[in-house]
Formats: sequence, C-alpha cells, structure tokens
Amino acid sequence: MNLFLDAFAWLLDPASWQGPSSIAVRIGEHLFYTALAVLIGAAVAIPVGWLIGHTGRGREIAVGVAGAARALPSFGLLFLFVMIAGVLLRGPSTILVLVLLAVPPILAGAYAGLEVIDRRVIDAARAVGMTEWQILWKVEVPLGLPLLLGGLRGGTLQVVATAVLAAFVNLGGLGLPIVEGIALRDYGRMLGAAMLIIALALLLDALFAVLDRVAIPRGVRAGRVTDVRTASPRRRAAADPPATTEKETV
Amino acid sequence: MTWVLNNLEQIIELTLVHIRLSILPIVVGFLVSIPLGWVAHRYRHTRGLILTVVGLLYTIPSLALFVILPPVLGIPYTSEANVLIALSIYAVAIMARSMADALASVDPDITQAATAVGFSSWRRFWTVEFPLAGPVLLAGLRVVAVSTVSLLTVGVVVGVGSLGYLFTNGSQRGILASVLAGVVATVLIALVFDRVLALLGLWLMPWTRSERRARTSIVDPSRSATA
Amino acid sequence: MFTARNKGRYALVAAAVGASLALAGCAQGDPLDPGSGSEGSGEPIVVGSQAYYSNEIIAEIYAQALENAGFDVERTFNIGQRETYLPAIEGGEVDLFPEYTGNLLQYYVPDTEATTADEVYAELAVSLPDGLQVLDQSPATDQNSYNVTAEYAEANGLTTIADLANIEGGVVLGGRPELEKRPYGPTGLKEFYGVTATVQATGDTTVESLLEGVVDVGNVYSADPRIEQFGLVTLEDPKGLFLASNVVPLAAADLPQEVIDIIDEISAALTPEGLIGLNVRSTVDEESAEAIATDWLTENGFLG
Repeated sequence: MNLFLDAFAWLLDPASWQGPSSIAVRIGEHLFYTALAVLIGAAVAIPVGWLIGHTGRGREIAVGVAGAARALPSFGLLFLFVMIAGVLLRGPSTILVLVLLAVPPILAGAYAGLEVIDRRVIDAARAVGMTEWQILWKVEVPLGLPLLLGGLRGGTLQVVATAVLAAFVNLGGLGLPIVEGIALRDYGRMLGAAMLIIALALLLDALFAVLDRVAIPRGVRAGRVTDVRTASPRRRAAADPPATTEKETV
Repeated sequence: MTWVLNNLEQIIELTLVHIRLSILPIVVGFLVSIPLGWVAHRYRHTRGLILTVVGLLYTIPSLALFVILPPVLGIPYTSEANVLIALSIYAVAIMARSMADALASVDPDITQAATAVGFSSWRRFWTVEFPLAGPVLLAGLRVVAVSTVSLLTVGVVVGVGSLGYLFTNGSQRGILASVLAGVVATVLIALVFDRVLALLGLWLMPWTRSERRARTSIVDPSRSATA
Repeated sequence: MFTARNKGRYALVAAAVGASLALAGCAQGDPLDPGSGSEGSGEPIVVGSQAYYSNEIIAEIYAQALENAGFDVERTFNIGQRETYLPAIEGGEVDLFPEYTGNLLQYYVPDTEATTADEVYAELAVSLPDGLQVLDQSPATDQNSYNVTAEYAEANGLTTIADLANIEGGVVLGGRPELEKRPYGPTGLKEFYGVTATVQATGDTTVESLLEGVVDVGNVYSADPRIEQFGLVTLEDPKGLFLASNVVPLAAADLPQEVIDIIDEISAALTPEGLIGLNVRSTVDEESAEAIATDWLTENGFLG
C-alpha cells in the first residue's frame, strides 16, 4: 500500500535521522517521558498497593480513586494542567498526566498480587514466627510479583502510547511527527511515527516478558499454576493479570 | 463558574453527543469480541496470535488512526463513522482479551459436565460458558466503556463534536472553566456508564450477588479489574 | 442460573441496546454518505468552520445571516485544520467556509510569489480546484506574523524581521509544529532576511511561551487580541515573507446568487479592527460565538 511505502520511505530516509529533529531524538524523548512516568507511578502505586494488600484495609478507597483516575481524559487534563501551571511547568504537567495514567494498573497489580495469595501461606509464615515485615518481603512480595509485573506492563504500554501528547505542548516525542504529518498532509511521516510507537510498545512488551521469566522465582510460577488449577473459577479470574488494557492514547 | 452557567446549553448538548457516540463502539467491541475471544480460547494455538495482533491495534495512537482511516476506508474525514470505527477497533482490542480470559476463567469441570450430559458445543457455549464467564467479561466491558468515553474527546482533532471541543476551544481562548467543565463532564459520563454496567451485571447475573456477600474477603475480579 | 426470568432480562437488554443504536444511527444521518454536491432548492446550506475560535465566529455570522434571510442552514463547525477540512469541502460535504486568502493560496500553490492582498486574491481565484470558488475578500485580515515582547524588541532594537539577523546565535521561533516546514519558516527567514532560526513546536501555547521567554519570536495570527493585550511587537515584513491573508468565503461553485449577495455584504462590513473586536469578546469577555455573531449582525444592520 502506498501509505505504508511512504511511511517506510520516511523511516529509511537518512535525512530523517539527522539534526536536532532526528527520529532518534524523538525516540529518546518518547522513551524518557515513558520511563519517568512509569517510575514515578510505580514509586507511588507499589507501596500503597502493598500496604492495601498486606493490611486488607483501604481497598475500597483505592478502587474508587483508581477508577476515577482511569476515567480522566488525558487530552483535556494536559491542557488543564498547562493552563493552571503555565508553560514553564509544561514538562512536569505532562509527566503528571502520564503518571495518573500509569498508577491505576500498577496499583491494581500490586494489591491484587498480595490478595490472591492463599491465606494459609500467610498464616504459616506467621506461625513460624516471621514478623509482619518479613511476611511482606519474604512471602507476599515474591508471590505477588507476577501480578505486579502484569500491572507494570499494562501501565507502561498505556503510557508509551499516550506520550504522544507531549507534542501538543512543545515537548517533542514521537507525537511530533504525527502532529506535523497531519498538518502537512504528510501521511508517510505520520504513519511512520505511529509504527515506531507500536514497535516501541512491542519492544517494551517483550522486555516485560523477559522480566517475568527472570524476576519471578521458579517456585512461585509452579505454585501459581497449581493454584490456578485448584482454585474456584472466580478465584482464578482474580489470579489472571488485572485488566490493564485500558486505552487512552492520543 | 459563571462561564459554565452561561454556556450550560452547549455543555449539555456536547454531553449528549458524547454519550450517543460512545455507545456504538462499546456495543461493537462487545459483539465482535465474542467470536474472536471464543476462537482464541477454543483453539489454544491461535490465542497468542490473536491476542498479539489485537494488542498491537491497541497501541496505535488514536490521533494517527483518526487521520489514516478515511483514506484507507474511503470515508469522509469529518464523518462520525471515522471516529466510531476507530473507537470500535480499540474496544475490540480490549474486549477480545477480556473475552478469552473470561472463558478461561470457567471451571473446566463444569464444561466437561455439560458435555457429559449431552450439550452440543453451541448450546454449551451460550448456556454454560458464556454466562459463567459473565463476571470477568463485565469487568472488561467496564474498562472498555470508561476508556471509550475518555478517548472520544480526541475525536475533536478531526472535527467530530464531543466534549473534547471544550478542551481545544477553551485552551485557544484561554478559558480555564471550559477545559475544566470538559474534564468533569467526561469523568461523570464515564463513571455513570461504569455504574450502569455494574448494575446491569447484577441484574442479569443474579447469582453473582449472593456470591459477593459470601466472599467479601476474597478478591472480586469484577472490582479489581476495573480498579 | 439460566432461568426463564433471566432470558427475559437478556431480551430486554438486547432490545434496549438495539433501540439506542438505532437512535444513534438516525441522529448522525448516514455516516457513509459523502454529502450532496449540488444545491437543490430544499437542501440546507452547510456552513463549516475551522477549529479556530475566530473562524467559528465568522462562520456563525454567515449562518445567522442566511437563517435570517430564510435559508435552511446546517453547521459543521470546528473541522480541524485546513488539511483536514479542505478534502471535505472539495468533496462537497460543505458549501460555505470562512477562509484566509494567503494561507489558502499557499495550500494550493506552495511556491507562490504573490504577496499583496490583490495579487494573492487574483492568483487564488484561478488556482482553486473545480467546483470551488472564492467570494469577495473582506478588508479584515488574519495572517501569520512574527511577534516579540516589547522588552525583547527594545533590548535588541527590533522593528522589522530583518533586524533579527543581528542577534547573535540566531533566534528561537515558536509556532505550530509544522512551522518548521512552512515556506515562511526557518527556510524563508534565511532566504528573505538572512535570519537563522530554530523552531519550537509551541502550538496553542505560543503566546504564553513567548511571554515566559521559552521562545524569542512567536508566530501569532495578526488578529489575535493578545498582541495588544500583552503589548507584543509585530515585526514588520517589508520583503513580503508572509502573504497577505484576508478573510474570504470559500464556497461551492453552485452556491445560489442570493446567498452570495448576503455573504458579500458581510465581507464588506467586516473590518480588521472589527475582527479583532470579535476575538476580544470571545477570549476576554468569554462570550459564545452565537452571542457575538448576533450582536455584530445587529450592530451592522443585518438583523432586525
């Protein structure tokens, strides 16, 4: 198809990779915003999620807040933040919008990971004399890792697709060639940039698949499989990664 | 807030348009995902392929999709069809995975029992697997609803009226109340859709009501998934 | 669990969903219908506008004037930027649209040499694709211009764009993302005035970015009230880097003569100061396009 040929022509044109507006720069910006937002989101959501999962308290509030956060339209939120904070703070504003997007899936992954653990395992840990702190670090956190990684993965994919927004406030990223492409009727440029974002998403997805293999102890994965086979259907549903596939991209 | 009061008529009008345009993609996403999810669940080797392709669709930036669809499909740029098709694609992308997960959540013992008492696979799907998959399916549908409502705002970039108009127009004219009203109205619609679907789920799947009361301490998938 | 009562509920929900979809379908008309090309007597006149508040006010003025004259009007406002809506007008979906001569000419003839209002209008009239026409141009203009803050102008002794060439290390230019590729962007600046500029895609935040010092020079539309509001200095353009860009109605070739007559009168009555006045009422007084249009038409004797 013609459009795709144009896209490849743009991607393969050496001129596209030179100078201050090179594709490489745009990819770098895009990844930087994504990484920063996911890291901040994780720093906020993981401790809170673990606290909720460990104590079993505050869940309703967290569910409510996270649900409302999911309903926020990132597109409007960015305009709102920049209008309130001013253009000098457009960077933090953009990151905040992306963080708000990353938090709900990570939070859900963090507390769901702890909640699906068989209560008897926790009781056993307590029985052998572990402190609450030890229970959290040595039992709950490793066992909750698969769901947490699932949440991180979902959050990252949403953020990488939504970081397009940065282009609306002079922060570049791969959204810029898309916005330029629309304005210049240069669909090759636009489609090429969209394809790069998809490629980045695939790459990050693969990264999480590797992490999943490397970071999760063998025993946890084996235990998880048996758990899935024996648990009741509703319980098993909960053991699946939380639905992190919300779409909120621009 | 005087701006909101002075422009209440327009805000309400845009809200109604927004609601109207949100419904179709949600329904299409649900209907199309049933066969897709079923194939992915039934034929295990296709699961990876289907869910990967569908997952790919979901990472396409909507801004790009809105502009690329018209020349590809030969539809007018300014038509609502453009935005409706794009949002339906995203809805399918989310829902197909939910559908496959939901079917996988059905206890194999139950489906085997249904087969053993002589249910055809068609009848077994509609009367056993599909209803039992309901709670997880509902969770997915609620995510689709919230995200469709939120995503529709981007449609304003190609001129399809929605609450997104309050964002772009308000930002150009420097009217903070306009942007804020747009964000609040969008969130409200999303939350109302979410509640309606949750209540609909309780009404259509009365058996989930008693179960919820009985198992309050255990993770409730329909809640954790939308949380 | 799959009781008769439940079956009834499923049927009810299915029926409700079906009905709401049918409603949605009716309300939006036929989304696949590319629109009617010709204007029958009973067909409404479709007036469009850009996703630009000022353009929307002009479109609303057209629409209300036509309604007052007894025409059936349909509004499809806010259809993105030129690159999105021109295909829609060329395809016959829209009959009447407020445009700007210079920007429109540059869309059809990117390397045009015309600069004055009359040159631009004359070339535009012969450069349009079949099926389109421009009506009389208005004295009101809204064109691209380069602006700096008063302090920056004073500190660097700036009055014309050419003076920017004296600034060491070049200047940072803020504007829409596509400015980089526009003929009046960095390439044109270098060619016409020997100015070295790099572009920042400040988009809708150009004026704010200029005021905050994020960029040195901002590409702002000349009818933007904020130029006066914030005391910005518009740099003179003696060599005609920017094309004159007057408000001009772009119309379907088969637009009825009665409509053309009404619109021509409006164009004649709309002055440059008048246009800025309309914009002020939108951005400063935060009034709706509808109210602003009604007032303008009343003041200028088109209504009542």
